[in-house]
Amino acid sequence: MDALDRVVKPKTKRAKRFLEKREPKLNENNKNAMLIKGGNANATVTQVLKDMYALKKPYGILYKKKNITRPFEDQTSLEFFSKKSDCSLFMFGSHNKKRPNNLVLGRMYDYHVLDMIELGIEKFVSLKDIKNSKCPEGTKPMLIFAGDDFDVTEDYRRLKSLLIDFFRGPTVANIRLAGLEYVLHFTALKGKVYFRSYKLLLKKSGCRTPRIELEEMGPSLDLVLRRTHLASDDLYKLSMKMPKALKPKKKKNMSHDTFGTTYGRIHMQKQDLSKLQTRKMKGLKKRPAEKITEDQEKKPKRIKKN
Amino acid sequence: MEGPSVEELLAKAEQDEAEKLQRITVYKELELEFDLGNLLASDRNPPTALRQAGPAPEAELRALARDNTQLLINQLWQLPTERVEETLVARLPEPTTHLPREKPVPKPRPLTRWQQFARLKGIHPKKKTNLVWDEVSGQWRRRWGYKRARDDTKEWLIEVPDGADPLEDQFTKRIQAKKERVAKNELNRLRNLARAHKTQLPSAAGLHPTGHQSKEELGRAMQVAKVSTASVGRFQERLPKEKAPRGSGKKRKFQPLFGDFAAEKKNQLELLRIMNNKKPKLDVTRATNKQMREEDQEEAAKKRKMSQKGRRKGGWQGSGGKRKGGPPSQGGKRKGGLGGKMQSRPPGLGSKRKGGQHQGGKRRK
Repeated sequence: MDALDRVVKPKTKRAKRFLEKREPKLNENNKNAMLIKGGNANATVTQVLKDMYALKKPYGILYKKKNITRPFEDQTSLEFFSKKSDCSLFMFGSHNKKRPNNLVLGRMYDYHVLDMIELGIEKFVSLKDIKNSKCPEGTKPMLIFAGDDFDVTEDYRRLKSLLIDFFRGPTVANIRLAGLEYVLHFTALKGKVYFRSYKLLLKKSGCRTPRIELEEMGPSLDLVLRRTHLASDDLYKLSMKMPKALKPKKKKNMSHDTFGTTYGRIHMQKQDLSKLQTRKMKGLKKRPAEKITEDQEKKPKRIKKN
Repeated sequence: MEGPSVEELLAKAEQDEAEKLQRITVYKELELEFDLGNLLASDRNPPTALRQAGPAPEAELRALARDNTQLLINQLWQLPTERVEETLVARLPEPTTHLPREKPVPKPRPLTRWQQFARLKGIHPKKKTNLVWDEVSGQWRRRWGYKRARDDTKEWLIEVPDGADPLEDQFTKRIQAKKERVAKNELNRLRNLARAHKTQLPSAAGLHPTGHQSKEELGRAMQVAKVSTASVGRFQERLPKEKAPRGSGKKRKFQPLFGDFAAEKKNQLELLRIMNNKKPKLDVTRATNKQMREEDQEEAAKKRKMSQKGRRKGGWQGSGGKRKGGPPSQGGKRKGGLGGKMQSRPPGLGSKRKGGQHQGGKRRK
């Protein structure tokens, strides 16, 4: 509770910075992920978690010890971990006879579980099994979702949103075009989700845009959708709420025409043109004596014209 | 001179362009949806080629990935670029995919007492320098904090003021005054916090931490809150249109101590009659219900055993079905307490019974 945090004031600047990093903000931090092993995790699941950690570095924490919890039954221990390590994404791996090679992918809102999706790993090829060069850690991957299944059911839509959240990395304004190195490709087909990661090779084509060749690099998983624990509609809506300050501001009084010209509108008050303030030149200022003589001169002039 | 005509030139130029772009064009039935801020592309085309492939569609997946990546790269290369420290950098647009936040939107803190006063009076904070010249030490020192410029507790010589007691310790007096000021400041800070949180946090009892509950839960929390007073909710006012809570009275009702003499006499005589009876009183409906339940349980256990062992005699099931055909006529007479239990079971049992009868019939044949 932030009230308690503020009753006990931090005694050092470092503690203050630590707390400021964790408090709710308008523009949020990058989401951290925690990778947890269940009480009965086997070698496959452990290797999957290690590979995912390699993909998510430095925005991930890999817990080395086994934690005997069941996410779908009791979420308190996950919430405790999330609060301690300030992670809002988690991946929990376990294995038992009923659910072999189980992976629970989830995210939190306000340190409480928002969505949880259980996936079964059918086939797994690890990073170290594919012998070729890898890309440096911390690169922002490109994400591609293929297959119309991702929009049909609510489960798949949430899964897509969860995968984007998990793998997208930090939000940046600029990106180095040569630094686009790897791509994660998700295909939904016949109830399975195929997760493949490829390294990008840019080849010369006739024009500026290069031709792409792919080389399989990283972990490849065949996933099956098992149980889900999705947030209720209104909790989800609450979590999606954007603060007013961040909403894109509509620019008013500007319009474009088809030729590309931009028109702007200025609203003015009604002006009395006789009292318009023009430039004052002090030397030309009329003195009272001169005014009278001018009037007298003006009159004969008028007569002459007539 | 008849050179190549304009149309032919244009056509040739188009052909050249097409050839150039051949290497990077990809044909798709449905256009992909791009979210360049997240480097994301969504392909809505149904994966027909993949469906035809076998169990390990690696090559097809790779081909699909290559095509989709090519389209995404084409889009990315269209973005405006600039040179930042010798590297070519593309400016990404804002991400359009709306993802949930990890923490709730920060609520603006209510103003403190001083801030409200300052706003009222139109007082603005003056910009002050960080360092102040300290005559005593002859150097620039902080305005406040560690080793500050004018710290009156650190003076080594204090003149005793005229009206003060000569035996009083002036140094401790200054330290005490400082402590009192610090305590007062802390008190005010806590008071400001309390005032701020009184408006933000309603009572946490019975309410979900994320502020998100169903109507029934909220109703229950409200009821509990109503009853949590010293008089157990008896003198709580209700809102104008709020209905009285039903069923909140005592569950046990006792007869008044003296009142209806005739009823009391009747009850006592009835009690004596029952006690004098040598035979136990049998409640027929209760007995039959109990018997039925036992029979059903036995049947269920036997059926489970049968299904485990495999198909066997079905003959006795027919007779069981006939037996079960009897009791439903008594359904109307069942008592309330048992009736509740039995009501939930018959629909399921009914279907089982029917199934049993059918099975019995087939097997007999």
